[in-house]
This record gives sequence, structure tokens and C-alpha cells, in this order.
Amino acid sequence: MASEKVKTVTDADFGDSVKSGLVLVDFWAEWCAPCRRLEPTVNQLAEEYNGRLTVAKMNVDENPATPPTYMIRGIPTLLLFKDGDLKETVVGLADKAELARMIDKHLS
Amino acid sequence: MNSDRQVIIIGSGPAGLTAALYAARANLTPLVIEGFEAGGQLMLTTMVENWPGFRDGIMGPDLMAELRAQAQRFGAEIIQGDVTSVDLSKRPFTLKVSDKTFTAQALIIATGASAKWLELGVDKKLSGRGVSTCATCDGFFFKGRPVAVVGGGDTALEEAIYLSKLATHVTVIHRRDTLRASKVMQDKAMATPNISFVWNTEVVDIKDPAKGEVTALVLKNNQTGETSDMAVDGVFIAIGHTPNTALFKGQVALEDNGYIRTERGSRTSIPGVFAAGDVQDHIYRQAVTAAGSGCMAAIDAERFLSGTGQ
Repeated sequence: MASEKVKTVTDADFGDSVKSGLVLVDFWAEWCAPCRRLEPTVNQLAEEYNGRLTVAKMNVDENPATPPTYMIRGIPTLLLFKDGDLKETVVGLADKAELARMIDKHLS
Repeated sequence: MNSDRQVIIIGSGPAGLTAALYAARANLTPLVIEGFEAGGQLMLTTMVENWPGFRDGIMGPDLMAELRAQAQRFGAEIIQGDVTSVDLSKRPFTLKVSDKTFTAQALIIATGASAKWLELGVDKKLSGRGVSTCATCDGFFFKGRPVAVVGGGDTALEEAIYLSKLATHVTVIHRRDTLRASKVMQDKAMATPNISFVWNTEVVDIKDPAKGEVTALVLKNNQTGETSDMAVDGVFIAIGHTPNTALFKGQVALEDNGYIRTERGSRTSIPGVFAAGDVQDHIYRQAVTAAGSGCMAAIDAERFLSGTGQ
């Protein structure tokens, strides 16, 4: 049940996708049970922050180049970019309120 | 949804969902608060080969999906979210899930246990950077790289066997000279060519937090006191579990080791509060024993509610 507000990004367009504004990227894979658990939270954030935050997902199976760039060694991992700069890294499951606080900090 | 319930079950592993199944079939329309780690530890496993009735095994997540659907079929309601606080000082018991409040005449605690860390500080700092407690989640990132597994129980060997298919080499580091794991797991691990064992050894440090990735482990032989470095790209920690009892501290009696004390089946120190599964069991810790104790808790709760059980 992917939200249509969540954009799919790939190795090819990753750089362009995160270069402007606030962008949250969810690194995931089909076989990752915790990723499936985090998915509804990410979808809700995409709905609630629509217009203020871009929410994107990257499948690590299909995109081998980007995860090593950010030294990702476990999923789910969420990265938050502001105008192309990496601001936050969240590894593992996270609570929605906690993520919202983190996003709010970079919105102001 | 009705927030004043006969029975609320906290947790949705085999114990919680079996309790839900039995409570639902007893017409108690139980509410299950499934928690952040919904489905419990089996969600992080691959093939479960010791769940009775499946001679070829069943995948952990598939088993949990079946159990969940079976409980729902008989009327169990399941909601997402973590319980944030409980008040067990009077009946009905009160539970908060974020900003929502629920009450229950009887409560079944099935919050399970979570993987233990090494308590080096650095292991948590490098979590997701090469330190992991879940091979099936993170093993993918170590294709063609050397890794280590810390521990000597079934979980440790299961992780090692899983990782041996991805990593170049898996070193199992154990602080004793014999394994606690079952014979069948030991045989399987010993027969795997790219798994080796380092005995009587503890991990005392992990390098390199400054780089933000794992490059080596600092090992100490607990017989000779000698320390050495072992170059690995990843380390999987499987040294046991801690019961998830933080919510209940000071309210329900715990054993000295932190597990919830149960007696005469699933009864806790508070009448009307029952516990099932790994949160109260540090001995067996199997999916099937968790399910069995979930069934006991549902029956104990039903008898308590009908006034015949205490």
C-alpha cells in the first residue's frame, strides 16, 4: 500500500532527487521485515508533510551504488537531506512522533 | 472501536496471538495492541523448522501472518502502536497508546524479549554501520565480506549459517569453550566450511567509530588475558535477550533477572494480569512454548473474568 506521495528513486536520479528542499529517503528491500513495518509510518509522513517535505524510497536490491556512498549496512535506514546535504541518519525502526520532531527541526 | 474491553493483550508474537485466538473463541472480543515490533522475533527469522505440523518448515513471517489472520477470523481486534504507559493499581486496568486510552478487566502481557547488545557503547553507535542483531535484515550488505557472530546459542549459530551463504567467512566468537546451541544446529554449523570458531573469547572493543564503520574487533581471550585484533566488516550480536518489562516496573513482580514472575500457570502478582511468552520465560524461549503459554493465559483470563479462576 504505497502512498502515491512517496517517490521512487534510483541510483541514476538520486543526486538530482535530493539536491533541493527537504528530502527524506527510505532505504528498503522486499525481504526486510522491519522495512515493511516502517512503511506505513513513512507513508503517513509523506501525506502529512505534503508540499513541505519530499519523501522517497530506494530499493537497495535494485540500486547497489547509492547505499555504500552513505555507508548503509543495515535497513531500514532513513536519510534526511536539506538542499543536498545529509542532515540526519536514522537506522532501524523509529517512532512517527520522533521522526516528525526530527523533520520539524529542519523545516524552520 | 470500543476502548473499554474485557481483555487486552499487549504484544503480537506467538504468545500474544495465541492468547488472542483463544480469548476470541471464548467470545471475549480481545483487543491486541501489536506494538512496534509487531509479530515479534519470528518476523526476523527465515525458516522455522521446529513448529509442529510443518514437516518442511514454515517461514517465520508467514507463520505470524497465519496466526494473526486466524485470531482475527474469530473476532480479535488488532491495533498498531506501542503501549506508552499502564496503570495496574486498580481494575479496570488503564493503558495508554500515544494519546488514546483503553481500559481492560483482564490484561495479558506478551511483550516478549529483545536482542541484547554488548554494552560497549560503541556497538550501539555502530548499529546499522556494521553492527547488527539481525542477520536476515542486514546480511545482504556483507556479500563477499568477512563477518563475525558473537554468541554460542541457537540464535548465534542460526545467524552464522545464514551469513555463511553471503559472507566470505563467518567467525563465531564465544566466551566459553562449549556451545549452548542444540546438537542439530552445532552439527550444521560445524559442517559449514566457511564457519570457524574462536573459543573463550570476548569482544572488548569495536573499531572504528571515527570512520563510522566496522573495520575490526578487539578480542580478549578470557583464559590467557591476551588481546588481539580481528579484521571484519560486520559483526552480528547474538548473546541473548532482555525481557521487555520496562512498562511494568514497580507494578508487577519481576524475577531477579528481570523476567515477569508467573505462578499457577500465567498468573502474575496482580489478580487479573497474566503473562505469556518470552517476557516470563527465560528457560525454553521457543515459538511453540510461547504459543502454549499464550493459550494458558487466555484460559486463565477467561476463568478469572467468570469469577471461577482465582
